[in-house]
Amino acid sequence: MAELDAIDCAIVNRLQDDLPVCERPYAEVAAELGIDEAELLSRLQRLLDERVLTRFGPLYDAERLGGAFSLVAMSVPEDRFEEVAERVNAFPEVAHNYRRDHDFNMWFVLATETPEDIARVNAEIATCTGLPVYDMPKEAEYHLRLKLEACP
Amino acid sequence: MNAVPEQLPLELDALDRRIVLATQQGLPLDPRPYAVVAAQVGASEAEVLQRIERLRARGAIRRIGAVPNHYTLGYRANGMTVWDVDDDRVDELGRRIGALDFVSHCYRRPRHRPHWPYNLFAMVHGRDREEAERQIAVIADLLGDACRSHDVLYSTRILKKTGLRFAGPDRD
Repeated sequence: MAELDAIDCAIVNRLQDDLPVCERPYAEVAAELGIDEAELLSRLQRLLDERVLTRFGPLYDAERLGGAFSLVAMSVPEDRFEEVAERVNAFPEVAHNYRRDHDFNMWFVLATETPEDIARVNAEIATCTGLPVYDMPKEAEYHLRLKLEACP
Repeated sequence: MNAVPEQLPLELDALDRRIVLATQQGLPLDPRPYAVVAAQVGASEAEVLQRIERLRARGAIRRIGAVPNHYTLGYRANGMTVWDVDDDRVDELGRRIGALDFVSHCYRRPRHRPHWPYNLFAMVHGRDREEAERQIAVIADLLGDACRSHDVLYSTRILKKTGLRFAGPDRD
């Protein structure tokens, strides 16, 4: 677990909400937090470098951009796990990939430019790994975004 | 919230696409981030701001913000809970589960019988397994006899996390 001081935590909590769209957004947020813009920027860089934050910026909705998402599961033999992970992660369409403790032990999200690309990429992954893929696109969304509080 | 499902895709022009490509990995950490983007895409800062605002207003940008790493924030028990729920009740129950404050995502997805009987997915996040198990008990209670079986898949490693990435150059 990363060492975060009170200012880091305030930054992590604040930046999970929307950044204003304006010329100096960091200056506005810094003023809200009672620090200066340069300090916010250097701390934000450190939080990204230390992987406390995995990314920062506009979060695009691939479907609204004409693309598509799907969740895909695989059951990978233990002795091939690293090799298969490397092959799967090499696809730029794989947005994230998690190992989970289940017979289905690899779960990744595809984000593609067109709905047709989902089937194409799944077929390519099945071919290059020699393993079946289980495509589980969302059929309905009952979604509310969670905000993870740092230092509660 | 940011629920804009079932809408037709937006028409993006070449400048929109250049802006998406320039910012999908992140917003520049510069006092004038949109001026940096503007220089990259060959537009003015004002034009980029206007495009970003429009993309956001139309739901193409869900928000401009940070994605935390659950693990480094101390949320070690990140469970994908999966449930086999009666088809005629799954929408009603899914909405109630999606509204629980500890559920970050809740979706209906296709089953793959016999390997995978589950049609409702809800992500829960606890500081430890005990906290996550308490959250799961709340969901089980809410589903009651509409649910035949369930399972929990804890993530044990992030293998990749990059977010959306357009692979190609401009198509326009």
